[in-house]
Amino acid sequence: MASIKFNLNGKPQTVEASPEMPLLWVLRDVLGMTGTKYGCGMALCGACTVHLEGNAIRSCMTAVQNVAGKNVTTIEGLSSDASHPVQQAWIELDVPQCGYCQSGQIMTASALLAKNAKPSDADIDEVMRGNICRCGTYQSIRKAVHLAAEIKAKGARA
Amino acid sequence: MSTTTITKLKPEPPKVIAPNLIDNFSRRGFLGAAGGLILGFVLPSKSAAQQVGIPPPTIFAPPPTGKPMAYIHIAPDDSITFWITKSEMGQGPTTACSQMLAEELECDWSKVRVQVAPVDPASFGHQTTVGSQAIRTTWVPLRTAGAQAREMLTQAAAQRWNVNTSQCRAENGFVINTSTNAKLSYGSLAEDAAKVPVPANVKLKDAKDYKIIGKPVKRLDTRAKVTGQAQFGLDARVDGMLYAVVAHCPVFGGKVVSFDATKTKAVAGVKDVVQTSRGVAVVADNTWAAMQGMKVLTVQWDEGAGANVSSASIRQMFVDRTKETGGIARKEGDAAAGLAKAAKKIDAVYEVPYLAHAPMEPMNCTVHAKGDSVEAWIPTQSPTTARAVIAQALGIAPEKVNVHVTFIGGGFGRRGEGELDFVLDAAEVAKQVKAPVKAAWSREEDMQHDYYRPASYVELSGGVDADGWPSVLQAKIACPSFGQIRDGVDSTGVSGIANIAYSMPDILVDWREAKTIVPVSYWRAPGNNQNVYFLECFFDELCALGGKDPLEARRHLLTQNPRNARALNVLNIAAEKAGYGKKLPAGHFHGVALHPGALNAQIAEISIAKGKVKVHKVVCAFDCGQVINPGILRQQAEGAIVFGLAAATKGEITLEKGRVVQGNFNTYDVTRMDESPAIEVYIVPSTESPVGAGESCNPTILPAVVNAIYAATKKRIRKLPIRTMNLA
Repeated sequence: MASIKFNLNGKPQTVEASPEMPLLWVLRDVLGMTGTKYGCGMALCGACTVHLEGNAIRSCMTAVQNVAGKNVTTIEGLSSDASHPVQQAWIELDVPQCGYCQSGQIMTASALLAKNAKPSDADIDEVMRGNICRCGTYQSIRKAVHLAAEIKAKGARA
Repeated sequence: MSTTTITKLKPEPPKVIAPNLIDNFSRRGFLGAAGGLILGFVLPSKSAAQQVGIPPPTIFAPPPTGKPMAYIHIAPDDSITFWITKSEMGQGPTTACSQMLAEELECDWSKVRVQVAPVDPASFGHQTTVGSQAIRTTWVPLRTAGAQAREMLTQAAAQRWNVNTSQCRAENGFVINTSTNAKLSYGSLAEDAAKVPVPANVKLKDAKDYKIIGKPVKRLDTRAKVTGQAQFGLDARVDGMLYAVVAHCPVFGGKVVSFDATKTKAVAGVKDVVQTSRGVAVVADNTWAAMQGMKVLTVQWDEGAGANVSSASIRQMFVDRTKETGGIARKEGDAAAGLAKAAKKIDAVYEVPYLAHAPMEPMNCTVHAKGDSVEAWIPTQSPTTARAVIAQALGIAPEKVNVHVTFIGGGFGRRGEGELDFVLDAAEVAKQVKAPVKAAWSREEDMQHDYYRPASYVELSGGVDADGWPSVLQAKIACPSFGQIRDGVDSTGVSGIANIAYSMPDILVDWREAKTIVPVSYWRAPGNNQNVYFLECFFDELCALGGKDPLEARRHLLTQNPRNARALNVLNIAAEKAGYGKKLPAGHFHGVALHPGALNAQIAEISIAKGKVKVHKVVCAFDCGQVINPGILRQQAEGAIVFGLAAATKGEITLEKGRVVQGNFNTYDVTRMDESPAIEVYIVPSTESPVGAGESCNPTILPAVVNAIYAATKKRIRKLPIRTMNLA
């Protein structure tokens, strides 16, 4: 066991956990933040995606000791009121079906838009292909990423 | 944690409750704490199956022996709560069932709140969400309930104004006095309304008057699902809860002989190791510790006879079985004679592998055994049976088990009636651990201990007449049973081919069981997901044999029977919208397929590069009767196509030494974003009774793609998944 400190959703967080424990399980079981999902445990499906220093990472393969002193953002911290452009777009287009993968989809999409304000379909495919949606919401996700880019651009101009 | 609670009811005692339900509610304590007014409605005991295919009656008389199945709660603040008995796994009953209730209730949609109903057979009947039946089984009952409530509220208003009900109109949550334009809100009328006898006959609206049914109302569960707040089974948390991971014998049918937990118990956080009827469970204070403990657990398994079974041995058994006589599923004319006299004929063997469901949320269940009662959080399609499983395992009456049905992270048939092994695991662990426990499966465990889509093998023969039209089809199917054998035929095992719609003089479809050790069950569109591929691809072979265009031959053989009008219509719409027969970009080809049993036709546009198929676009025309929510319907069609595409291009579960070879998404991959085609869905406007939508479109995409590959390469893919080497 170790005491590990990092910033979680903008606030300092200390956890007592095995340093090897993946961030996913620290979030879910130790901190009770269940918005981040377990899907494969091998960074194959993207359901566990969170932001580490703004980059989309797979929390199921990231030992908690590797986030010490860093900034972690989860779906719960993306916005307090579903107001992030990606969440707005997801709501506008009713993207989710079962919804289980959508936290990961949204975290990957929001990290993409932070780096690429106007991604093409090919850009979206390349980045989002790491996130499985078994319900098959891909077409809606593709549209929603474009819409989120528009919402973000409007927000930036306003 | 009762989940899907979009709003909480105020903890006030109920003021008025419909007399037929008050005892039931107070006894269970389920709604005893709910505030405001609860209207319960006696609904028909007529089985859902009886209603399928029967046009909805406009006047409906509930028999006095009927079971109450739907609840509307109108609170004094005018908020309206609907209790939904169908499990939400993405297919949208939370929203669509609410639309049906709200349509007839004439309430303010913005004030509708939804709660998941608890398991209560006395009130809700047998709760299960399978077979694409959520809408068709509630179509009449829910609208009737809404209409009854509207009628009772209207009568209450008429009494208060001392006028005839003909002077009152219900609209948007108010009853309006048409003479004076005075208005009374539903909330203000609810108490009096509950004293009005439940009307025996109510008139349901004509489709032309719908305000909510058929409209693209936003899903009620979206916000929860984009903020991480939606509670799935795996998200259940109870004070003092422990986390278990389970392992089952790698070989189907095997069992535990003994285990050595010495190393496991040395893992920090591990609390216990317990044996279950089907395996072992490591219990810890977090999932990771339990997983680490499982890795070092030494289990001696008795693998049993299954250890000799492989995919090759199973296939050989299928081949052998097809030589034996099968039960006859469909017979028209004389297939043997038809083959003998055909101008040209062809034989082919088609086969498909086992498939895993692989929902994104692996199997899990949380059970808190509290001595004389149990709380359980279950992501299940079949909560009534799940409750019985827990009750039996814990030796307690089912009424003492309070089931919280959570959001489900993908069902696809994995979490229904016959597939509740994950519930049993949790109950057996909870029985041995003196704490609430969540028993979860790893992805590998989930993939290697599924109830699989059965592998299937079929010998097909067919021929064309002198004019080149397909005239005879013979299909000899060998596959595991879905447990529905009657007169030697498993009805699900032949579904999608025995109901062939093409008019041919000679047809024979027969079926024989091929038993294996591999557990099988329903997988989105069971039967159809293999048989529509067999039929539609082999029919394409017959078209080519006769020199006929695949679309023209289908039209020709559908036109001959007026019962096929709707099937022909979707085929024509798909062809027109896809621009079938018109020039495509260089290297692009169309494939056509029809799923007559589920009234959708699809045209896939593909190209092939480096031996790999790329599906560019899919046009789907779909007729499912009256549409409740076109947005959700489109989602279901799109999603099913993506789901079916994985079965066409990737999915395969194989066995070696009785074990499933695949374990995670690296060895059992599914469709991903870059492989997902542009999908256009065209919905046929209809006022026919609604039929299922969730499982309609995944079978059709397989033959659409495979037939397009033929158009591109002149190669027939008779064995799935499509392999790169076959396209080189």
